[in-house]
Amino acid sequence: MELFNLGIKSIFIDNMIFAYFLGMCSFLAVSKKVSTAIGLGAAVVFVLGITVPVDWLVQEYILKEGALSWISPQFAEMNLEFLQFIMFIAIIAAMVQLVEMIIEKFSPALYGSLGIFLPLIAVNCAILGASLFMVQRDYTLAEASVYGVGSGLGWMFAIVALAAVREKLKYSNVPDGLKGLGITMIITGLMGIAFKSFIGIAI
Amino acid sequence: MSAETLEKPVEKAVKEPLFSKRRRKFVTDPLDDDNPVTIQVLGICSALAVTVKMEPTLIMSIAVVFVIVFSNLIISLIRNTIPGRIRIIVQLGVIATLVTVVSEVLKAYNYPMYKVLGAFVGLIITNCIVMGRLEAFAMGNKAWDSVLDGMGSGFGYAWVILTVSFFRELFGSGTVFDFPLFEKIGLANFPTNGLMVDSIGAFMILAIIIWVQRTRNGYVEN
Repeated sequence: MELFNLGIKSIFIDNMIFAYFLGMCSFLAVSKKVSTAIGLGAAVVFVLGITVPVDWLVQEYILKEGALSWISPQFAEMNLEFLQFIMFIAIIAAMVQLVEMIIEKFSPALYGSLGIFLPLIAVNCAILGASLFMVQRDYTLAEASVYGVGSGLGWMFAIVALAAVREKLKYSNVPDGLKGLGITMIITGLMGIAFKSFIGIAI
Repeated sequence: MSAETLEKPVEKAVKEPLFSKRRRKFVTDPLDDDNPVTIQVLGICSALAVTVKMEPTLIMSIAVVFVIVFSNLIISLIRNTIPGRIRIIVQLGVIATLVTVVSEVLKAYNYPMYKVLGAFVGLIITNCIVMGRLEAFAMGNKAWDSVLDGMGSGFGYAWVILTVSFFRELFGSGTVFDFPLFEKIGLANFPTNGLMVDSIGAFMILAIIIWVQRTRNGYVEN
């Protein structure tokens, strides 16, 4: 039940976009069409669902203070936390590469639709952000997995909704200076107000 | 953006002054006409996330300028030895190292601020401005030009996020750099706006800045 609650929370309340502004670059750049938004969203859910638990394992058994004591007691004093950023970004890049290869091997159709987005994800701040938040909040492995998938779903939800709005927006008469980025920011802000209404729900 | 990368290198015979007209443009262009945030739509994440108060925003700007300038310099110095296929990993490695330096320095000298910025210092790694400048400029230009280009993009980013945070702090908390401005000018009961402290205020303020700037420059996105 706790886990389910965390999942709901990470999708709606702690939404990556509306609460933490993570992954905004691709959120703004790839939200012109619903179909591509769904593709990128699915890829993000996938990569987040894998990298957050993997980063948890790395943090817990390699980086944390005293984490290396499982090798031999003399490492108990080691604290490799300063390597956190480099390790995490390397893991993300490697995972993205791995996911790309696995999808290519087992599902060429999915690869065809996700293909171009996968490399982009390596520099999506939502992925690194989720891993860093996971460390900050001291999640357990189960919580980390749920949090990874949940925040990915929240991100996907937001980008698909924005893409749907923008498809309709093409036919509206927007002031010149606001066209493109400006009006998209305002819409995102308004959607953020809507998402605020989820604050306080608990199941 | 792509035009400047195609520029022919200057002939060696003529020694170019350190701040020639061409080089000054590297710094001045991103401040206005080619601003990384409002025109190129890069680095939005942190532009919004750290701008509730001005002080963390200032620290963040300094950190980003430092990382852009030095990663540009390092990549530009080793650009001819990086194999094309693994350049992204090399770039990420350089950026991550510099960000680690920033984060450790901050932890040592200003721990409260380190706590406030939290994960967002680490997220400089995925700030697309840094990556974008490395890819588009430092991979094909000489060291000093790259440093200037990094400064330009860094300052362009800095003034936008400082402006956003100025309005957010002023209307959200009624202060500027924690100085109670409204109270001092005799408006002690000035109502603060909760939306400004919230994420929504950031979106709106940035949208307005973009609107004003693009209208002034006559830039229209298709």
